[in-house]
Amino acid sequence: MGFSGWRVLREGLSGNRGWTPQWRDPEPKSEYDIVIIGGGGHGLSTAYYLAKEHGLTNVAVLEKGYLGGGNVGRNTTIVRANYFLPGNSEFYSHSLKLWEGLEEDLNYNVMHSQRGLINLFHSDGQRDAFARRGNAMINQGDDAILLDREGVRKHLPYLDFDNLRFPVYGGLLHPRGGTARHDAVAWGYARGADSRGVDLIQNCEVTGIDIENGRVTGVQTTRGPIRAKKVGMVVAGRSSQVAAMAGMRLPIESHVLQAFVTEGLKPVIDHVVSFGMGHFYISQSDKGGLVFGGDLDFYASYAARGNLPMVEHVMEAGMALMPMIGRARVLRSWGGIMDMTPDGSPIIDKTGIDGLYLNCGWCYGGFKAVPGSGFSFAHLIARDEHHAPAARYRLDRFRDGIGLMDEEGTGAQHNLH
Amino acid sequence: MRIAGKGLIDRDTPVHFRFDGVAHQGFAGDTLASALLAQGVRLMGRSFKYHRPRGVLTAGSEEPNALVTVGQGAHADPNVRATVQEIYDGLEAHPQNAWPSLRYDLLSLNDLAAPFLSAGFYYKTFMWPRAFWEKLYEPVIRRAAGLGALSGQPDPDAYEKAYAFCDLLVIGAGPAGLMAALTAAEAGADVILCDEDTRSGGRLLAEDEEVDGQPGHAWAQALTDRLRAMPNVRVMRRTTVTGVYDQGTYGALERVGQHLPHRASLPRACFWRIVAKRAVLASGAIERPVAFPNNDRPGIMTAGAVRAYLNRWGVAPGRRVVVFGNNDDAHRTARDLVAAGVHVAALVDSRHEAQASDAYPVHAGAVLCNTQGRLGLESVTIRTAKGEERIAADTLAMSGGWNPSLHLTCHMNGRPVWRDDIAAFVPKPDMVPGLIPAGACHGAFSTHACLEEGRAAALRALSELGMTAKDVPLAEAEDAPVSLRPLWQVLGKGRAWLDFQNDVTAKDVALAAQENFCSVEHMKRYTTQGMAPDQGKNSNVAALAVLADATGRSIPETGTTTFRPPYTPVAIAAMGAGAEGKGFAPERKTTSHAATVERGAPMIEAGLWYRPSYFPDPGESHWRQSCDREVRMVRESVGICDVSTLGKIDVQGPDAGRFLDLVYTNMMSTVKPGRVRYGLMLREDGHVMDDGTAARLSEGQYLITTTTAAAGQVMAHLDFVAQGLRPDLDVRLASVTEQWAQFAVAGPQSRALLDGLLDAPLDPEAWPFMACGPVKVMGIAARLFRISFSGEHAYEIAVPARYGDSLFRLLVARAEALGGGPYGMEALNVLRIEKGFITHAEIHGRTTAFDIGMDRMVSAKKDCIGKVMADRPGLKGPEREQLVGLRPVGESKEMTAGAHLFEPGTEPVRVNAQGYVTSVGFSPTLGTMLALGFLRNGRARHGERVKLKDHLRQVETLCEVCDPVFFDPDGGRLRG
Repeated sequence: MGFSGWRVLREGLSGNRGWTPQWRDPEPKSEYDIVIIGGGGHGLSTAYYLAKEHGLTNVAVLEKGYLGGGNVGRNTTIVRANYFLPGNSEFYSHSLKLWEGLEEDLNYNVMHSQRGLINLFHSDGQRDAFARRGNAMINQGDDAILLDREGVRKHLPYLDFDNLRFPVYGGLLHPRGGTARHDAVAWGYARGADSRGVDLIQNCEVTGIDIENGRVTGVQTTRGPIRAKKVGMVVAGRSSQVAAMAGMRLPIESHVLQAFVTEGLKPVIDHVVSFGMGHFYISQSDKGGLVFGGDLDFYASYAARGNLPMVEHVMEAGMALMPMIGRARVLRSWGGIMDMTPDGSPIIDKTGIDGLYLNCGWCYGGFKAVPGSGFSFAHLIARDEHHAPAARYRLDRFRDGIGLMDEEGTGAQHNLH
Repeated sequence: MRIAGKGLIDRDTPVHFRFDGVAHQGFAGDTLASALLAQGVRLMGRSFKYHRPRGVLTAGSEEPNALVTVGQGAHADPNVRATVQEIYDGLEAHPQNAWPSLRYDLLSLNDLAAPFLSAGFYYKTFMWPRAFWEKLYEPVIRRAAGLGALSGQPDPDAYEKAYAFCDLLVIGAGPAGLMAALTAAEAGADVILCDEDTRSGGRLLAEDEEVDGQPGHAWAQALTDRLRAMPNVRVMRRTTVTGVYDQGTYGALERVGQHLPHRASLPRACFWRIVAKRAVLASGAIERPVAFPNNDRPGIMTAGAVRAYLNRWGVAPGRRVVVFGNNDDAHRTARDLVAAGVHVAALVDSRHEAQASDAYPVHAGAVLCNTQGRLGLESVTIRTAKGEERIAADTLAMSGGWNPSLHLTCHMNGRPVWRDDIAAFVPKPDMVPGLIPAGACHGAFSTHACLEEGRAAALRALSELGMTAKDVPLAEAEDAPVSLRPLWQVLGKGRAWLDFQNDVTAKDVALAAQENFCSVEHMKRYTTQGMAPDQGKNSNVAALAVLADATGRSIPETGTTTFRPPYTPVAIAAMGAGAEGKGFAPERKTTSHAATVERGAPMIEAGLWYRPSYFPDPGESHWRQSCDREVRMVRESVGICDVSTLGKIDVQGPDAGRFLDLVYTNMMSTVKPGRVRYGLMLREDGHVMDDGTAARLSEGQYLITTTTAAAGQVMAHLDFVAQGLRPDLDVRLASVTEQWAQFAVAGPQSRALLDGLLDAPLDPEAWPFMACGPVKVMGIAARLFRISFSGEHAYEIAVPARYGDSLFRLLVARAEALGGGPYGMEALNVLRIEKGFITHAEIHGRTTAFDIGMDRMVSAKKDCIGKVMADRPGLKGPEREQLVGLRPVGESKEMTAGAHLFEPGTEPVRVNAQGYVTSVGFSPTLGTMLALGFLRNGRARHGERVKLKDHLRQVETLCEVCDPVFFDPDGGRLRG
């Protein structure tokens, strides 16, 4: 039964007793056409598009914990398409277009809010780099506006324009950038996939990948073996460990990224604001919490928590940029594990093993990619050929150096992306 | 109402404050909550979603209801817990999240619409039409949501950060913490004892109870005084340990000035980083409410809070009290109330075996099933074996048992375990290395058990630290066993609140389960239970018990959500103290800074450095005038520029040459002493990291330079190579960037300028292009390098930094005498563009030596870092975008850095993009705009025309592709 305002009214009048499970909890079958390892945002969207775009519904998503419990459940919810290198440009542009129809497509309010994203710059050199980026965004058909200092002041009057250590020269405004309600994205895709017949299997950890004669045949799980013709690995944060079950060594380092939310406050920040000189970005959730974050903690780790040096640095950057947030109190801080690749861009590709597919390396930008990633990965799995917007996300680009997408220009030092 | 003779407040010190515009009086020692309750004020706030009227629920930092805004204007502090805020003369507190007033709040209409606002309703609606989300739905939701408001002005107050180190950190100064601190302190350990409260004692402050024959609070005070007098103990009150981090690091927030009238000199708060060899967690426990219909009205409190207001603050929260519980604390509460002369209308005990009393009616095996009263409790409905009965009451004290405050033990992702006997989660051993839980936070609830566990925890810590313990006797204290029968919710008509703050009811949790949000994380995220400012301290366990019930699982099977720092919210200003404005990053100034500013040069940021943009002459009104003049000056006479910001690294040792051969693409070991060579450095992945010069000062000493931007990166890289990759090489590195002041002397008159300045004239034969060596200026040892970033005959002269200011002034004076003068970054940039010299605009991290036309600089005779990876097929070849020069040839002469390049006649869209522009400047020398950029297969396309397109700035210019060296391509001026 669909969701709508009328339905909310009707169910409300009858004690909300008519709402049914948003997804089933099926027992795993012994065999599927396709098994997706990982019930995070990307895994769920992959399953959804396999069913919707390719009519493939004999599909299981295996999740070791709860659906949406990966980085889709602990990010800072930013959605944007402001990349400038070929490969990223077309991919994120496609993903943003999917976002723009997502509520209607999923019949789920993911609260995609295109409130505008502003990247600040603080020198002539940074302005030139952002101009190049903005022009690339327009070349791609997306939107960008170069703001000067006064233009930024009009949008963000609360910045410390007078005393900031790195004065604001201007900003690149991406009007279609914004945020979404992260959990709802996972749930919306889960509900959509489930209703099309996909089995979403929680508390089912993959412990082995079965390969015979160079071809994948299934997986071993904590709930028994499951045979499959095709297996997709979508386990950002744990990619290296899962790929190791297939004997693969990925060009990925795992790093900790922290984020923060304050107590609820009345609306005070309308945009997403990014302060590159301080590695700080912030937005305000619809509930009223200021949601913000910074840079990696820099050491490789699988522990989903960080340490005080980066905590304090992020707060310092916030105080420098917008001292009006000083009295907001941080309610919660958390850490997630980032799949960091050598060029800061992801991997969506086949592996050397027939029927085994890889989707990983989202660094700290995976949330906005959820629709595009699932769409392209489903295409790859269903048709065994790359989906055009994701065709450059090859695994072997690091070996041949062709089409590297190093937006930060920091090279193969994973933690600098 | 105050009760005569009771409480720890100072009745001789009245304090005047205002709440909601009304003047009130309390006493020193009061919190805002206790003082308001004493005045009979029960309504203190409104809830988040339904805007239900709310009063205090608790007496501590976990308070979910009584949130107020303290202060006004830029000093306004939203979401302050009235239960923690101490009153002071002049304190002004305001209600929040209510309009037009606390009593008549329009949004309480939401409460009537509650059936339609159940858990997650917003995921199911507001989708049509699509454009309405940003325009209508979201703005309305945003305005309705949120609690207090920020002022929008910069926080005017001071905050501080501090660091402390100790053998043992004791977190919590109740009986367990005091005993742990004493035991460790007596053994000579360095002890820090923190407590979030204003005085030590913990629950002893709230109970009518004796320890060692004296009132508990007096025992705690005496012990604290004793600890305070010991030199190895630091007692920190009003200090909340907020988080646990790696290697024994703890974050703590000390409220320094928040309880006092505003004083500019006093920081409001101090954020501490405490590193402790061991820690004892003695953080106590939090009483949990019971979920029964309409359990959220003002006047309904936890039983422990009622006792705290009674015993500590001498306040009777009401005239007729009903006590409801599932454990013996309910009886303790009733006894205390009666002893203080407060009427107890009934004690409702869910246990059938509850003991009767002479002093008040006891309803055994009965429960609360409803309450009445719009802005405050008027009566309660109880359900007994005989049916329902209504009892008039203005206060309800409820106790559902206690949850250990084990939060800190879970900050390293550990999960607690369930103990059936006390119906509570407790920490497992060693969830945080070195952190030992003791007392109530560990599930030991009697005072005796707390004292015993506190001592045992300290003994364990001492033993692990190899310290000898002294015999510390235990004080006499009560040792009542826990007697409790779990009771999480009472079913009935109406909503039963679990999360008071976010308005999550038992029905919401059941609805989550009904919709298969059965994981505790799903339930939390779907209902928002536990996501409010109390982070579920009052509701988590009850909510997951309700979820367990709804899903047919046990509580331990259901599990907990993740505990995260901070334990209580911390102001951003406290953790970010000192970073406002210029405090955010160090300011690096060159030795010529003062002289430069004196000349009116605008200073711009170059990384952490400040450098002059240009030096305006009288009569110049636009930067371009100054820049053009400075460029001509360098080309025609001589210019002076401070180049001290470039990184300088002293490389010494017998293997210095071999080491530099490894890090540079070209050969450095063959540079002769007294000569300089330009060098290119690659990253390991084959892209260009940086460029610079290597001057061989002597056989075993090189001085290498880096760009300003990459100085730190290159130093770190070289250190890594020397220590990590080639520890066998005998080489030492030192950054000497700040030890030397270095100035470019550039232009045809540069030698003339130097000749009169140096102690000996320069012999042209001995100083060809790329020579270096020691010279003397007025007897001061200096270094001279004949290198050039302008394309002119030029030198760079370096002196120890202390002479920099004098030398700069001298150089400028001499230059002016020759028709020259100082020049800034703008001119420097134009000069280098004219010559096609690169900066990090070009070597931006994605370019290779091939791209910039320097692949011949990658020596074939040796290996170097990045060489193998630079040989990958994707890093060279005609598909690469290569460095080119561009000059306008059409009608438009405008060029912008950041524009993209297209073939003329093609659409300016991504698939047609051929390259981009990196640097642009007007060349007064050539009388035209010039640009550097990267163009696909650009070196083979000199002479072709391309379209420069800048959508952002509406620029479209036809350009000719040319060699990037626009001026003096054979370098005659440079060498001459």
